[in-house]
Amino acid sequence: MMLNILPQVLVDGLTLGFMYAVVALGYTMVYGILEFINFAHGEIFMVGAFVGTEVLLISDSLGALEGMNPFVALFLTLIIAMVLTGALGVGIERVAYRPLRGAPRLVPLISAIGVSFLLQDLVRFTEALARNEFYLNSPTLFTGSISLGSIATIPTKGLIVIVLAIVMMISLTLFINKTKWGIAMRAVAQDQSTASLMTINVDKVIMLTFLIGSSLGGATGVLFAQNYGTIDPYIGFILGLKAFTAAVLGGIGNLRGAMVGGVLLGLLESLSGAFMGPLTNGAFGAEYKDVFAFSILILVLLFKPEGLFGEAVKEKV
Amino acid sequence: MKKLSHISILSAVLATSVALTGCAGTSNSSGGSNTGGGGQPAQNQPSTSGSGGGAATDGGVIKIATQTPLSGNQSSLGDAIKTGAEYALNQRKEEFKKLGFDIQLFPQDDQADPKIGVSNAEMLISNPDVYGVVGHLNSGVAIPSSVKYEEGKLVMVSPANTAVKLTEEGKKTVHRICARDDAQGPKAAMYAKNTLGVKTAFIIHDKTAYGQGLSDQVKLQFEKDGVQLLGYEGITQGEKDYSAVLNQVSAKNPDIIFFGGLYPEGGILVKQAREKGYKGYFMGGDGLDSSDMIKIAGDAVEGVVFTSVAGDVTQTEEGKKWAEEYKKTTNKPLETYSVYGFDSMNVILNGVMEAIKANGGKKPTREQVLEAVHKTKDFQGQFTKVTFDEKGDNTNADVFIYKYDKDKSTFVGKAE
Repeated sequence: MMLNILPQVLVDGLTLGFMYAVVALGYTMVYGILEFINFAHGEIFMVGAFVGTEVLLISDSLGALEGMNPFVALFLTLIIAMVLTGALGVGIERVAYRPLRGAPRLVPLISAIGVSFLLQDLVRFTEALARNEFYLNSPTLFTGSISLGSIATIPTKGLIVIVLAIVMMISLTLFINKTKWGIAMRAVAQDQSTASLMTINVDKVIMLTFLIGSSLGGATGVLFAQNYGTIDPYIGFILGLKAFTAAVLGGIGNLRGAMVGGVLLGLLESLSGAFMGPLTNGAFGAEYKDVFAFSILILVLLFKPEGLFGEAVKEKV
Repeated sequence: MKKLSHISILSAVLATSVALTGCAGTSNSSGGSNTGGGGQPAQNQPSTSGSGGGAATDGGVIKIATQTPLSGNQSSLGDAIKTGAEYALNQRKEEFKKLGFDIQLFPQDDQADPKIGVSNAEMLISNPDVYGVVGHLNSGVAIPSSVKYEEGKLVMVSPANTAVKLTEEGKKTVHRICARDDAQGPKAAMYAKNTLGVKTAFIIHDKTAYGQGLSDQVKLQFEKDGVQLLGYEGITQGEKDYSAVLNQVSAKNPDIIFFGGLYPEGGILVKQAREKGYKGYFMGGDGLDSSDMIKIAGDAVEGVVFTSVAGDVTQTEEGKKWAEEYKKTTNKPLETYSVYGFDSMNVILNGVMEAIKANGGKKPTREQVLEAVHKTKDFQGQFTKVTFDEKGDNTNADVFIYKYDKDKSTFVGKAE
């Protein structure tokens, strides 16, 4: 009797999973090159959500959204958010990470945690100052939904999240594999000093990595705000943690691993949230969905410590 | 203790928004009908205002203290209690003067801080003229302070503390006229069954002491009343995607979703539930009572029902009149707790009056006042009816139902 909700559960899991996947890309790209975990990445995602929501709110209050095609509006919002969060990522790298590049590995990690607190409270402060509250509700651009008979209804916005996430992932893969800059990034990931001997400007490549990773994170923020409607300055923490987990699950440093890991984690969470309660007769309810998903993660890492795609070292960014 | 204080701060803050909507509703009603003692001007410092009428006050001074936050971010609520109490006291000054006593308000600022509350309490019990305390606003402050009141046999009547622990500790001096936290759950469940007529329910909580505690009580009552429970699930605070648990809900299609938790999660839950096509009732506790609930849930907020231990005095004609008088006389805005402060003060003053009479018109002892207050039965205050039980809880305390319209919450009535 529970199976009739399965399609719905899968759709919800995929929507969530693709968001994890795109954010996980940001973690995994930086790790691939610097072997350093950029814990502020979740906050960049959050800033993206706020920038996107503010753009929509402001243009809505100016009446600019009237009659505008929602796809155009979303596209413009995404561009603005990506440019700003990309610049933010590059700025953070320049100020908080680059001076510490030679330092022991824990030092930039602490710096990243510091940046993440800073961003949270900066956003909270600015929003509280400007709007007197820091919970924002995003205007919804897409309200419709596609009905698959009685099996499931897919909200348009969820579908858009999935489609855009796939588009972003494909373009990133193409960029890394086919362009000169992509090749340079892979070279730096493999060996920084050799790459620099081959006239590759390592600093520039690292900047580019942060630019791409952060703008992807920012774009996901916009999609998140569209999909769930409500954002606050603390959404980056849980989502960032889970995206990081997804990156580890797929094999950190590996792009394909991050994508698969994200989707897998989203699906696991959604499935366990919906079915664990009924299957265990209420002994383990939906509140244990994270426990379940992370137990799977531990199991995978026990038997495959390098992650699902960890072996493909050659392919790491 | 921290937890309790947190809950009571929350409910206090939430109650403000109720009060504000209440105010808006009465602003156009006439304030012309003056009754007996209502017209006298407010006295901000009663302790310095002498006995104006010239009547003999040789019986002595009787001070009734208030202990509420008068500074800091909760001061609007604390001041409402103080002002309500002051308003009650001023109305009865003459009555006591005839007996030869000068009653004075002795307002204290506990700053919503347990340490300050306790040191104020020490000062109060060492002052022999102090015969009672109206307070506190925060349960976390009331509980440690009540230890001192117990030592000094000083009667305390709380207008606002809902924490269960306060009266469960068995202190004789502790009383409250509002309902306890654990009254909310059973009353909410009864309301759902009797008034909304639900037969099946799905309970979701936020895994906090407040949310899960409330949900457990609702669950117990549902089981007692034979409402079929289709699910009991927890969610994580701070998450924005609750589709996993809501898919279970839509599979089982209950008559009501009861949510034990606060508005940030509640708002998202109801919004996402409606998006998934859920048509039944959505209900919660006073954690849903906030204007932000409307912002978060958007249109989905319409029809959301919640319970609260704070009622709206302006719902009756008589209450409206009282509120108008109050605002005119005190020149202060009406908050939900104004009338609770007013009623608390009257409970104490009645006790003092009884004790004076029992003592043959002489100044009574604190024990006598305590006894008299403790025996309060069927006292009809402006808004609450007060009968204290053995623990000092008000057996007539009500839980109130509110319902969200598109852009505000409206008072529905008592939960029965």
